[in-house]
Amino acid sequence: MSATEPILSLDRLSVRLPRGADRTHALSEVSLQIAANEILCVVGESGSGKSVMANAVMRLLPNEVTIDGGRVMFESRDLCAASAAEMRKVRGARIAMIFQEPMTALNPLRTIGDQIAEMFSTHTELSKAEIGARMLALLADVRIPDPKVAAKAYPHELSGGQRQRAMIAMALALDPKLLIADEPTTALDVTTQAQILKLIRDLQQRRRTAVMFITHDFGVVAEIADRVVVMQHGVIVEHGTAAAVLNHPQHAYTRQLIAAVPPLKAPPPRPLSAENILTMSGVSKTYRTGGFLGRGARVTPAVRNVSLNLPRGATLGIVGESGSGKSTLARCIVRLIDPDAGSILLDGQDWAKLSREQVRRETRHIQMVFQDPFASLNPRRKAAELVAQGPIVHGTPRAKAIADARELFALVGLDPSAGDRFPHEFSGGQRQRIGLARALALKPDVLVADEPVSALDVSVQAQVLKLLAELRARLGLSIIFITHDLRVAAQICDLVAVMKDGEVVEHGLAGQVFGDPQHPYTRALLDSIPGGAFAREHAIEAV
Amino acid sequence: MDAVRRYFRSPAAVAGLVLLIIVIGMAVSAGWLYPRDPLALAGRPLIWPFSNPRFLLGTDNSGRDIAAQIFYGARISLLIGGVATVIAILIGVLVGAFSGYYGGWVDTVLMRITEAFQTLPNFVLLLVLVAVFGSTLTTVTIAVGVVSWPAPARLTRAEFMSLRNREFVQAGRTLGMKDIQLMLGEILPNALPPVIVYASVVMAVAILLESALAFLRLSDPNVASWGNLIGLGRDVLRVQWYVSAIPGIAILVTVLAVSLVGQGLNDALNPRLKGR
Repeated sequence: MSATEPILSLDRLSVRLPRGADRTHALSEVSLQIAANEILCVVGESGSGKSVMANAVMRLLPNEVTIDGGRVMFESRDLCAASAAEMRKVRGARIAMIFQEPMTALNPLRTIGDQIAEMFSTHTELSKAEIGARMLALLADVRIPDPKVAAKAYPHELSGGQRQRAMIAMALALDPKLLIADEPTTALDVTTQAQILKLIRDLQQRRRTAVMFITHDFGVVAEIADRVVVMQHGVIVEHGTAAAVLNHPQHAYTRQLIAAVPPLKAPPPRPLSAENILTMSGVSKTYRTGGFLGRGARVTPAVRNVSLNLPRGATLGIVGESGSGKSTLARCIVRLIDPDAGSILLDGQDWAKLSREQVRRETRHIQMVFQDPFASLNPRRKAAELVAQGPIVHGTPRAKAIADARELFALVGLDPSAGDRFPHEFSGGQRQRIGLARALALKPDVLVADEPVSALDVSVQAQVLKLLAELRARLGLSIIFITHDLRVAAQICDLVAVMKDGEVVEHGLAGQVFGDPQHPYTRALLDSIPGGAFAREHAIEAV
Repeated sequence: MDAVRRYFRSPAAVAGLVLLIIVIGMAVSAGWLYPRDPLALAGRPLIWPFSNPRFLLGTDNSGRDIAAQIFYGARISLLIGGVATVIAILIGVLVGAFSGYYGGWVDTVLMRITEAFQTLPNFVLLLVLVAVFGSTLTTVTIAVGVVSWPAPARLTRAEFMSLRNREFVQAGRTLGMKDIQLMLGEILPNALPPVIVYASVVMAVAILLESALAFLRLSDPNVASWGNLIGLGRDVLRVQWYVSAIPGIAILVTVLAVSLVGQGLNDALNPRLKGR
């Protein structure tokens, strides 16, 4: 492969950020090369400049962000010097791009077939009939079931995975030399992610396209990469073949990132209490929408007859893909949603049957940590106030509540003096710590954590999980931990329940479920984990 | 404080603020510059502006000083504009908040009422209210406020609907907050910026409504208002057009100032929307 001329080479490319940003350059002197028929993975955490690099190659940077040095050589010319008209000929036809969220990248008002056909009508002189035939061939190529139907569908009528397939079809329509994929599987479920990764790999090999694959997930890297580039703060800290970087990382940052990838192996089981603090039996919730006088209504059973126990001091992981009902179940437990049937016994009291007013008064026994650290904190309140809110509502004098809040800050690893700052002044991981402090302020018996780490970078994720484990030991918390990420669940949970379509298909000790899965769906989930082999070996290394 | 800095970066917003300050200055200094009753006879009727140094802006058809009326009129316009806006925003926020927060039948009932108000042209409704309750300054101000609340109500409702399911509101609920605490403490501060911006539109419209009412001689005749002066000038419009034109310009400037300030506030409070 070394004999082939690189398709794309970046030569000391620098991209300047507007004044007032946290650093002067999004990229400083980045050099890399991609050859035909290879997949280069660009790995880095948020803010490392990996997406800026993709956009710089496409010359799609926001107005205030400018390229201020270096060259982007593609097909023996410098894209930095190309005119806007020349760039339009390159984009889509020579270099194509796929994005993280296919729903926002597709036009919701036009059919899939229409949008793919547009690629041909913009860049080629083909006849209508020919375009139609090519479009269907492409959809068949990305293995969308029933291409004719899919071509007539609007984006919202397809599932996330199918939308991403349609995006890939669109990107590959004109046989580009280079495909830039910016986190294309991050928004997808694991099983879908595995399929899409396989598809990208297949298509790339068949068409000998060069692929720049941007990701934050070392599992995905292990699955797909030929070569790897690791970025930190806009600088390439390490590059090499996938095997070399994954198995013998040289740079400290790479090692830290790989170490932070949760190994897919449950830690040795902890002794569990025989007493259950929370007992759910037959919990069900059905959503009904639309319809007039009961006719034509859409009925969606979100949670079906779930029965689970949480021993005192244990952590119960509820794992499932999107739409499995795990978040609805979490919200039923804290009574943000009223379950239709079943009982939720907390210390002998049926939580599911309490009135709203009673729930409001008893709420300090069960607290919740939310997924999105940006959306779950009121942007107009200071951090200390956010944490003190709960106790104030329940009658603690304000001054004392604020003082307690500062102590909690220390407990969750934040500087107590940070209490006077507003949420936007904190990073994602710090905000999640504030969310945790807020939940702990009421000294709950049970903590329900709904995807508490899935919006965080891996290294931050590891820190927050560690903190959660420490707090659990220190405060004797019982935790219900909702996640879509089996690797995360394996790390922290004593017990695991796997949910699919609103039902628990398998539950048991974490070691059992991960080591010897009984249900085919659990097995499918485990097999879909990107870089599965790597994760397991890595686990052995870590132990 | 970022918002303040962003506000002063826009020349149009600063110009609007300067104009508004001038109008407020006129209202404040009226009693000091023109100690006499502005509605008292001052001289010969229909003196052209700039022809007599005693009456810089001339006199109207009954010989009253136009300049004095303009200065005192600023008080009336600002008073009606301000108070009516406060009334409209209060009713609007209250209706919108309950409607958006609770949804369901509360929303249905409140929105049908809002629509009933919206389907009537608000000037016609204003005429009815003034015809029924009389046209003193107080009733006119309240009536203007009462016909202006539907738009802020809809705006507040939309904000509440999008905010009520945000995670920070759910978090507040899991902490055991009451609905009223969630509405006032959590949602309202986040819903307010667009409503504040819209208040400037309400204020501009309120000033225009009062002027239109006065033009039809249905406003309070016992106060010196710009609208009254325009209405009076109607009789001599073809020759002594300045009697109507001068207060007309005053209204134009005030409404322009309020709109510019509103636009400036919008750009300062929602910086991300600017330039898109």
